[in-house]
Amino acid sequence: MVGARDTASVLAARADARAQGSNVSDWMPCLPAATSPFVPDGVDPSALVWAETVAPGGYTHKVVARGTRLRLEDVTGDACAHVLVFNALEPWERLNVADTQKIPWQAYLGAGHPLLSGEGRVLATVVADTSAHHDAFCGTSSDEWNVVKYGDAAPQGPSPSGRALFTLAGVKHGLTPRDLPPSVSFFQGVRVEDDGALAWQGTAGPGTYVDLVAEMPLIVLVANVPHPLDPRTDYVVGPLRVHAWRSTPSGPSDEHHGASPERERAYLNTTDYLEARGL
Amino acid sequence: MSTETVEAIRTTVPVGAVYAPDSRLDWSEALVPGDVVLDERVAPNAPWSAVVRAGDVLTIVDVGGNQSADCLMFNADDTSERYSVPDTLTWQGNAYVREGTVLRSGLGRPLMTVVGNEIDRQDTIGGACSKESNTLRYGHHTAYQHGCRENFLAEASRHGLTSRDLVSNLNWFMNVPVEADGALGIVDGLSAPGRRVAIRADMDVLVIVSNCPQMNNPCNEFNPTPLRMIVTRNEDAVR
Ligand SMILES: [Zn+2]
Repeated sequence: MVGARDTASVLAARADARAQGSNVSDWMPCLPAATSPFVPDGVDPSALVWAETVAPGGYTHKVVARGTRLRLEDVTGDACAHVLVFNALEPWERLNVADTQKIPWQAYLGAGHPLLSGEGRVLATVVADTSAHHDAFCGTSSDEWNVVKYGDAAPQGPSPSGRALFTLAGVKHGLTPRDLPPSVSFFQGVRVEDDGALAWQGTAGPGTYVDLVAEMPLIVLVANVPHPLDPRTDYVVGPLRVHAWRSTPSGPSDEHHGASPERERAYLNTTDYLEARGL
Repeated sequence: MSTETVEAIRTTVPVGAVYAPDSRLDWSEALVPGDVVLDERVAPNAPWSAVVRAGDVLTIVDVGGNQSADCLMFNADDTSERYSVPDTLTWQGNAYVREGTVLRSGLGRPLMTVVGNEIDRQDTIGGACSKESNTLRYGHHTAYQHGCRENFLAEASRHGLTSRDLVSNLNWFMNVPVEADGALGIVDGLSAPGRRVAIRADMDVLVIVSNCPQMNNPCNEFNPTPLRMIVTRNEDAVR
């Protein structure tokens, strides 16, 4: 007996373990995804392939099919979704933040923005955005940064770094620290001033979301940790709600597909690659 | 078909731009005092690499002016630790690289520090050019051209590194302003022949540079010119 719990024998321990299976927490995956209590408006629950709430300071990851639509929702206004995407077929093709900013001639992420790889292709597209407070300059927090700012950075501690969580998420897909490029983050904005100063913009408030559509099979890594420039000295981050459902990749009928000649060629390259692979 | 309308089929390699013969070149000298331990010239369009020992200073000379020197840095003892644009920007709270900027790794640790800089600001947002991205930026007719990513891969492979080890880089002598609405792009440079930057290694650092061969934007004034790389050691300097 440990307190009120009888775990002295295998049978008793098994009964004790099994009695926990129907418990719920505020941050958990929901299986099957169709049973999510928070199905996004207009989405057929049977199309859901991922439903999860990520804890403050937590992470999640999944391989998703081409055409999957991924919604990240900031329930409280304090979430910060740090995101990395990789071509699931050849993971050395991965998010390239420099190309993601340079090729559309636009540093700030928003609806229609492609997340580009270094191979001249689109990994995912931001297809909806009710926040418009995002950042592609600062990446995520390192251990060094969180130790200075909060006194600790370990995944098991009170203030995990984004880098530590990406490392764990990545290694579950065979990725190592070499495979982790700079990331982007959603829901806490940063703007560049005339002299280059990075100005904190922060949140757009509770209840905003961002939708990404996978333009090829993707490994998606998400770390939900405070933005490194968050001015609050305490480690403050809200839960992050994640849903994904079967949808369609971008095509010529989508406005963002032909929004600029650079983007049009990026989608053309992506289609070219996938068709040659038989996808 | 008349012979006048048949274009000759070229059987020679279409080489990249070569700098104009009347280009003004200023080879300059090291920006900081010390014994010269390495002094090399990098041809236009070519890659370069060296290990710069902790405490030594690398001067890069923009010999022809406004020649982008695309640069990656690695901890020479553990190349999984490498230059990180976002860590560098976050720690200094600014998007531009200037004198005093500490160039940090993805672990947040100092790799090198800018100890001398003769132009207003250096770029680390614009990334490297590549065959692949050229097809997006300028069209598929440019796919045959050489790019910085080719240089990085060729030079990295000499050190056992692969495309997995390439990340967003730094561009010495390139100018990428970010405007109020987020518009950004490579525009005319702020440098001139003989201008220099000096960076001190804060640990033993493998530096890989691509002398940018881009022929389609002003990152080298459409006139690829040489670079000079000088490493100096000052035994009197505080280590
Ligand atoms: Zn280049």
